[in-house]
Amino acid sequence: MARGAPLLELRGISKSFGGVTALSGVDFTLEVGEIHGLVGENGAGKSTLMKIIAGVHTSFEGEMRIAGRPARHRSARSARDAGIGMVHQELSVVPELSVAENVMLGVQPVNRLGLVDWPGMMRRARALLAELGIDVDPRVPIGRLPLGMQQLVEIARVLSSGARIVILDEPTSALSPPEVEVLFGLLRRVRDSGRSIVFISHFLEDVLAICDRVTCFRNGRLIETAPVSAIDKGWIITRMIGAGHEELEQGYAGEIRLDSRPGAPVVLACEAASGPGFREVSLEARAGEVLGIYGSMGAGQLDLARALFGRTALSGGRLSLDGRPIALRNTAAARRAGIAFVPESRRSMLFAQEPVYRNVSISILDRISRLWVKPAVERAIAQRHVEALGIRPPSVHPRLGTLSGGNQQKVALAKWLTHLPRVLVLSEPTRGMDVGAKEEVVRIVRALREQGIAVLVVSTEPETVLSLADRILVMKRGQVCEEFAGGTVSKDRLLAAA
Amino acid sequence: MSTSDSAVLPRSGGMGWLKGQLRNIAPFATLLVLVALFSIASPSFATLDNVANIARQVSVTAIIAVGLTFVILCAEIDLSVASVANAVGIMVAFFTLQDQSVNIANIPLPGAAAILLALLGSLALGAVTAFGVTVIGIPSFIMTLAMLQIGAGICAMLVRGQIAYSVPAPIEMLGSGSIGPVPWIVVVAVLVLALGHIVLSYTRFGRYVYMVGGNREAAEYSGVNVKLVLAAVLVISAVCSGIAGMLGVAHFGSAQQNEFDNYLLDAISAVVVGGTSLFGGQGGIGNTVVGLLVLGVLNNGLDHVQIDSFLKILIRGLILLLALVINVYAQRLRAKA
Repeated sequence: MARGAPLLELRGISKSFGGVTALSGVDFTLEVGEIHGLVGENGAGKSTLMKIIAGVHTSFEGEMRIAGRPARHRSARSARDAGIGMVHQELSVVPELSVAENVMLGVQPVNRLGLVDWPGMMRRARALLAELGIDVDPRVPIGRLPLGMQQLVEIARVLSSGARIVILDEPTSALSPPEVEVLFGLLRRVRDSGRSIVFISHFLEDVLAICDRVTCFRNGRLIETAPVSAIDKGWIITRMIGAGHEELEQGYAGEIRLDSRPGAPVVLACEAASGPGFREVSLEARAGEVLGIYGSMGAGQLDLARALFGRTALSGGRLSLDGRPIALRNTAAARRAGIAFVPESRRSMLFAQEPVYRNVSISILDRISRLWVKPAVERAIAQRHVEALGIRPPSVHPRLGTLSGGNQQKVALAKWLTHLPRVLVLSEPTRGMDVGAKEEVVRIVRALREQGIAVLVVSTEPETVLSLADRILVMKRGQVCEEFAGGTVSKDRLLAAA
Repeated sequence: MSTSDSAVLPRSGGMGWLKGQLRNIAPFATLLVLVALFSIASPSFATLDNVANIARQVSVTAIIAVGLTFVILCAEIDLSVASVANAVGIMVAFFTLQDQSVNIANIPLPGAAAILLALLGSLALGAVTAFGVTVIGIPSFIMTLAMLQIGAGICAMLVRGQIAYSVPAPIEMLGSGSIGPVPWIVVVAVLVLALGHIVLSYTRFGRYVYMVGGNREAAEYSGVNVKLVLAAVLVISAVCSGIAGMLGVAHFGSAQQNEFDNYLLDAISAVVVGGTSLFGGQGGIGNTVVGLLVLGVLNNGLDHVQIDSFLKILIRGLILLLALVINVYAQRLRAKA
């Protein structure tokens, strides 16, 4: 590691959003020619820090130095001019354009007439790709390349714009093992050329395999930085989830007993199912059992949930309900088969302009009316749920958009409670909720389980799965990689499996 | 998702309610202002005869606009309405015995068969549009643009530049006859409007239309067959256009190419001026009725006052623009209210 002034130095960085502290007093240094891993749970402050470095957030406390000189970005553009480039998890390539055009996006060479200098562009793109050891024809449209290759090209683009610091957000989440190896080869070459890389990832093996130093974040604070040679996975997980007191108070950490019910009848079974975002997933959801499916962002469990509700089609494998094979042509077919779904985003499950009762009745309309709607019946049904779930205000008339977020989420659940489904799929059921609302959800889910419903809880938050599930599947890169059934499980073991 | 919106509670007081109702109030206020203006400007405007005139003048547009209201409530658009109307009007004439002087190689059939075939024709055109939009996935804007051209093509093929005059007797009666002082076409328009209102407000299908328009994704996640609803509204739109086309041909007294060309803009204007949201889910037949009256009063009233007839076209354009501004603005206010 080179001595002298660090490439990037941050002192006392604090940032809060409307009273909520996202970062407090963070000191962070990035040396010349190092790959620096950044780990922490969702909301720990990694992304906020990176957005400050990349000039996305321009108001914050503390100081920043680049190569020893004080720096303060006014915009993402001025950060880029200062040599900072970022590759987001969602790639920003233009699929229809060629590799060369993507590499040179925004910095295309022009000739004297002001037109794009095509031969010059090809030459420069080819030289850059060769220098980085990326073996690809610069003329092919980038959309035709595998995702891993697209990512390499995007990194090449960031480097071609003169970046000395490259921030990679979850670069390996969508890559196959051989692609990860190719990426690592590229990253090492970039490092050896004297540039530095910040590597944000949930995949601790990847962090340990490629990084020189690792920094752990928790609750907006930088907990510890250590050279990779001195640490292991357990060291990272302990620092990510904390010593335990605070967590124990919330009842999530420590050992959680799993009450799986191996003898219960299988309601929904999924055999080697593949689809967009997941492949060869087999699982069995049993009556009166809550099956949790955990995975980090992009691991495929949310995509699987959508497919189980007929929103996306399976490309392979089989589904069966109560032992009979079923094909879900659309969501209406899934609903009629007795499958219910609450999606992760509030926006995509509710009708903000409609009164509460219409939001509740929409999925049972064909049961309570053939031709004519019966608003009185709808209102009576909705009133029951509003009271049972403690929805505020306790009325079925206000437009849904006027309710608070937690109450909206309860309405979204209420629409499946009149005619109980056989299978209830909940995607991120407690995301963004305060502790009280989360407990409410736990109570509702338990009550549904007691009535013999097969509940699937799908989440990227380990706490959600741990607090609800009787049995847990862990997904990684679109596949189920581990099952916890019976005995106990803890957050660190869940994180270690993902 | 954050809980930062948790403090949003129903806003008390009248202002919030008024803002939410802007889309219903503005068109009605416009109508009142226009009626007042023309009544003052011209003694011949506010007469019973003229009211009947206005009703007759908007009838064909009204029937088309009912179908279009369904489509726009679903946040889609149908640009083929006038063209389908024209094509179906010509179809019914094509299957009717024409005068010797009309030189068309047509297929004369009994009146009932002609009407049935023309209705089936409108159903078929609607089904093609529905197939293109829901199964293939062509945006309705483009798909119905193609259907506009196809409808025009059918018109051209069937009449080959000629003009047909005869339509089956029941169509003749509904299009140009009257019961007592009331023209049949006004009765039909009122019935179609009433039927449209009943379907939208009181049936399960109508509810689905509002829900699909309000939030398509949420409808999908509630287990509503969104594609089926979209297909249905496009077929309804085509059938309404077909009925309007048949009656229109009788009303005008002839069936020829391009005779419905103004009706696309008129029908869209009526729906939008009435306050049905271009983003779907808000509005209804009540709004469309007000929109029809605004357009009808405007067109008719401008004839009663001394005004450059070329300026009339511009005025209509400006009124439509104003309605669009209010439409979009009302959406924003309501989202905030």
